[in-house]
Amino acid sequence: MSEFITRRSVLAGAGASAALTTLPISMVTLAFGGTREDFTFTYISDAHIQQIKGASFVRNWDQGLKRAVAEANLVKPESDFVIFGGDLAQLGKREELDHGAEILSKLKGKLHAVMGEHDYYLDLGDYWSKLYGPHYYSFDHKGVHFIVLNSILTSEQWTFHRWPTAEQRMLEMAGLDNPNGSPFMVGDKQRKWLANDLAKLDKKTPLVVFSHSPLQKIYKGWNFWTDDAEEVQALLAPFDSVNVIYGHVHQIQYNQIGNISFNSVMATAWPWPYPQSYAQAESHLPVLTIPMNRADPFFERDATGWQLIDIGSGRVTARYQLWDNDQRTVAFDHKAGHPVDIAYQEPTQHRLPQTHY
Amino acid sequence: MLRSTLLLAFGLAAFGATTARADEFTKTDVERYQKEFEQVAAKGRELWTSGALGTNGVACAQCHPNAANTHPETYPKFQKQLGKVTQLFEMVNWCIRNPLQGANLPPDDPRMTALVSYITFERRGVKLAPGQH
Repeated sequence: MSEFITRRSVLAGAGASAALTTLPISMVTLAFGGTREDFTFTYISDAHIQQIKGASFVRNWDQGLKRAVAEANLVKPESDFVIFGGDLAQLGKREELDHGAEILSKLKGKLHAVMGEHDYYLDLGDYWSKLYGPHYYSFDHKGVHFIVLNSILTSEQWTFHRWPTAEQRMLEMAGLDNPNGSPFMVGDKQRKWLANDLAKLDKKTPLVVFSHSPLQKIYKGWNFWTDDAEEVQALLAPFDSVNVIYGHVHQIQYNQIGNISFNSVMATAWPWPYPQSYAQAESHLPVLTIPMNRADPFFERDATGWQLIDIGSGRVTARYQLWDNDQRTVAFDHKAGHPVDIAYQEPTQHRLPQTHY
Repeated sequence: MLRSTLLLAFGLAAFGATTARADEFTKTDVERYQKEFEQVAAKGRELWTSGALGTNGVACAQCHPNAANTHPETYPKFQKQLGKVTQLFEMVNWCIRNPLQGANLPPDDPRMTALVSYITFERRGVKLAPGQH
């Protein structure tokens, strides 16, 4: 097991000896399995900022994002950075992206953004790029390699040749249950980029991959799905510690496939039903997942929220900040070899509201 | 057995064609009834996904894809937030008033009939469970 130095202990050490003020962090052994500095990052996702007209926006969705930003700014010790997990806008409009970006601009710390389908299918991510840069990229932080993928692409035919206008293309993709939509994919070009990006890394480097859609197949009808998930998983498989964090599903999910751990994050806008509550289709919610409590619509922010994440155990620990509900923590159980909910994993601990129908 | 049933059905159909009587209907009638329902349910689907029911452009389908998590089979039931036994249309109206920032539809408004038809159609085959929370 690793031995961890927390930020607090690093800072306390620095205070005790002025000569060491610049040393502790740079001297920490960053290789996985050694001594390294622990850190947290904030994850906010799926704000779906929706313009009504002119300067008016749907109040409900605005409030979710504003609340997440305000709370994330109060965390002590501060997070090292913030991830926004995609779907900042509802219909990809500049007004929506600008309004959402204005709210996100109040965040302390560096923001890394992930592309969602609601940000993309109006202008194919053009305006989003002006705000947040490339659609896929990677960065290193304190010995961990972070990868941001654009997983909401789809076939050329659907993207470029099927719809008479960009507005209609956006509307067709925006309907979660719309049979005219198309399955998400990472695509050849980006998988080649990913293979190159990974080629230079030691297999012991912990990986954290951020995607909007799950890089696994749960329910195709609502695009809880990435069509080339297996190909992406195969590229990640040679690494010792792989963690995928995704948005899009607006609900708690977690899973383990081989050595890849999966964690979903909540939306700030609204919750979604678990796919098994649609009686007309089969779906494959990971059996490990203990569902979140059924949403109470009379509490406007119930079953929405944001996350505080660390990889202090060598794997993702996701602390769900759930408004109007008990907090949940999903952490990797090294004995079991997969993520577990630390309170509810035992059947006797399940609560009635965790049963969906 | 099948042959005699068919003969009986044809016999009834031929008879019904000349003088309509209570509770007599043909295969063509049944198909028409089904079509009438499907058209209303399809209208319900259109309303469900349109964003036109309220004032802020929010559509029912944004939170309830395929009308999931509406569980029509459990109504009427005690709705704890309203403190009384409630029918499905009252919850539809609650959603129209709140997330959609709109105004109640009368219970027999054709749009409400269409919405309830769509919700129930998406839940077809599920056992009735009135009162279930």
